Amino acid sequence: MSAATDSPIGPSDPKKHSPGWSIAHHFDTADQQFDSARMGIWLFLVTEILFFGGLFCAFFIFRSWYYEAFVEANHHLDKVMGAVNTMVLIFSSLTMALAVRSAQTNDKKKTVLFLLVTLLCAGAFLVVKYFEYTHKIHDGLLPGKWFHAQGFKHANAGMFFAVYFMMTGIHGLHVVIGMGLILWIMIRANNGEFSQRYYAPVEGVGLYWHLVDLVWIYLFPLLYLVG
Amino acid sequence: MSVAVPGAGTEKHEHGHGSPPGSNYWNAEKGLWSWLTTVDHKRIGIMYLISTLIAFSLGGFFALLLRLELLTPRKTIMSPAMYNQAFTLHGAIMVFLFIIPSIPGALGNFFLPIMIGAKDVAFPKLNLLSLYLYWTGALFTLGSLVAGGLETGWTFYVPYSSTTSGAVIMVTFGVFVAGFSSILTGLNFIVTIHKLRAPGVSWYRLPLFLWATYSTSVVQILATPVLAITLLLLIFERAFHIGIFDPALGGDAVLFQHFFWFYSHPAVYIMILPGFGLISELIAVHAKRKIFGYKAIAFSSVAIALIGFLVWGHHMFVAGQSEMAATIFSFLTFLVAIPTGVKLFNWISTLWRSSITYSTPMVYAIAFLFLFAIGGLTGLFLGMLAVDVHLHDTYFVVAHFHYVMMGGTVFAFVGALHHWWPKITGRMFNEKLGRISGIVMFIGFNMTFFTQFILGSRGMPRRYYNYLDQFQPLHQFSTVGSWVIGLAFLIVLYNLATSLKSGAKAPDNPWGGMSLEWQTETPPPTENFRVTPKVTHGPYDYSNDPNATGASDS
Repeated sequence: MSAATDSPIGPSDPKKHSPGWSIAHHFDTADQQFDSARMGIWLFLVTEILFFGGLFCAFFIFRSWYYEAFVEANHHLDKVMGAVNTMVLIFSSLTMALAVRSAQTNDKKKTVLFLLVTLLCAGAFLVVKYFEYTHKIHDGLLPGKWFHAQGFKHANAGMFFAVYFMMTGIHGLHVVIGMGLILWIMIRANNGEFSQRYYAPVEGVGLYWHLVDLVWIYLFPLLYLVG
Repeated sequence: MSVAVPGAGTEKHEHGHGSPPGSNYWNAEKGLWSWLTTVDHKRIGIMYLISTLIAFSLGGFFALLLRLELLTPRKTIMSPAMYNQAFTLHGAIMVFLFIIPSIPGALGNFFLPIMIGAKDVAFPKLNLLSLYLYWTGALFTLGSLVAGGLETGWTFYVPYSSTTSGAVIMVTFGVFVAGFSSILTGLNFIVTIHKLRAPGVSWYRLPLFLWATYSTSVVQILATPVLAITLLLLIFERAFHIGIFDPALGGDAVLFQHFFWFYSHPAVYIMILPGFGLISELIAVHAKRKIFGYKAIAFSSVAIALIGFLVWGHHMFVAGQSEMAATIFSFLTFLVAIPTGVKLFNWISTLWRSSITYSTPMVYAIAFLFLFAIGGLTGLFLGMLAVDVHLHDTYFVVAHFHYVMMGGTVFAFVGALHHWWPKITGRMFNEKLGRISGIVMFIGFNMTFFTQFILGSRGMPRRYYNYLDQFQPLHQFSTVGSWVIGLAFLIVLYNLATSLKSGAKAPDNPWGGMSLEWQTETPPPTENFRVTPKVTHGPYDYSNDPNATGASDS
């Protein structure tokens, strides 16, 4: 593990890291290239927040309209499973941050390892989600006209499950996309492409993954806990 | 007529090692495949230009059909269902496939990097992806032509869109995909302007077109995701009957309107702001005068972009929103008039005692000033609560919208297309024919749409297939006007197309412009500049030019 002997950021021999990397033709310096990439990712995250913002807005509107139905339907979500998933995602954000740090310090082994743990956490999240969904489908707690569960006091419980499935479904899609991205940078990290000279993709995917985590941190209390 | 100032004020600080002398972005590589896989912003701009012009022709074709149908009060050439489909597709194509992507995608892509002295946009591959997303979106949208059509109007209002038959999901999905293209273009431009400016290009040395494009990009990034989620909810609604928007299922149709206009009102500034930017270029260059009130024009673009987010409720004055909300939205709508007025007055001040050349671009720019003034002022009528009750959903709204979008954006776009045509293609068009096209278009436009103000104020509702007999003379006049507009576009097409074959070779700087795109070769080489330019003056510094007036205001 040669990187361990290097100082965390200080270059011993920067040329030997990220051998295949170069500055694209339209940039003058590596800093300019890196700053551009970073700014691009942040702007992309802004669009994601607005995208989910529309969903949250719809949630609040329907919650205030059909308050009793939402409170009643809310009790049918599995708080334990939701809490477990919250833990899993927060932990995966930690390992993601550690992976970025390892890439910055030329520690290829740790980068790959932390990315692998992040990937496994994402997989675990989806497995838990699968059991939750199966249970809902089995109980007939479904969106709109497919809602056929018995014993609800209030109408429009189907609206809650419509919102629930859309929000968690779109979030789940982001998790799946995130898994693809993590796998992609994990393979590249394993090929030794990242180092203190060049780690923009690791950081970019990391920022995306934190956002996915953050959205869930809002989804969990709003859907599962607020009664 | 023109005074070339080659390289004036630019210093060369390094020696390039790019493409060989004489090569340019047209001939650097050959074959269709080299175009489809290019990451050169100029080639991507050209492909956007061709694509959006095809969309414009298609949308225009539907417009001519609509006007033809309205020649008589009853059935003329098509059935009521076909009429609904024609106005829906006219609107959807013009808005989502032409006017939103046209100026940023075509002219923005081509000139933004050149105007800041950069070699390309910040993310060239992402830029190509934007184009492919646009094509994909266009395929889905136009696919509705063979997949059952669409009768909802371009706004996809629920419950039309949740209950009528037709290819609603297909078209909304197409618009959803095209929206991502718009987002990525905006993102690319913002990063490019922030990070890739050449030495000496400070923010206040940016050409005003770029301030406008920057403001547009902010709106594209902040508003388009909301349209994306709205359309996605609509698709879910239709596919799974979940009742987010459909009142019959427990949803709220007005919520759809809120969501839709939260995007689509800012989106009209996506459509007009780049047009404002182009007018600043056309007026300054063709009047040979330093622009009056540079900072005022620059910040008015930003102000319009920001205020534009707070006025969406003025589309819903009669849709059942609270009186308080309507009053606030009405007040905020009037606020937009202030930065818009700032622009108009600064343009007029720039023209004051300048050496105006009545070249083709200037003819279009002056037409713009007249038409946009009318379009903007009639917007105030509609923003007034009591007046809107009478005018909403009439031809008055249609006329207002076309005065700002066609009289504004399209006139600016066609003017700028002429302005930059020599730089893009390396050929000069026929000046006389160009001026004639502008004048014919101005006449045809007013015939078509001024008439509609009168129709609307007399109570002619929009989107009606049949109408009262008393409206027929005005409708017929409007229809004849639409043929005159069509003729004007045929002249433009003929003029520009023949210039490619037989036009004179264009010099590097035919209009004597000061901004960077005129300081490089015509057509530009792949890397835009043989040597990275070092800029030492503003984009409209005509004060050192003996042929220009207005030296005293610098």
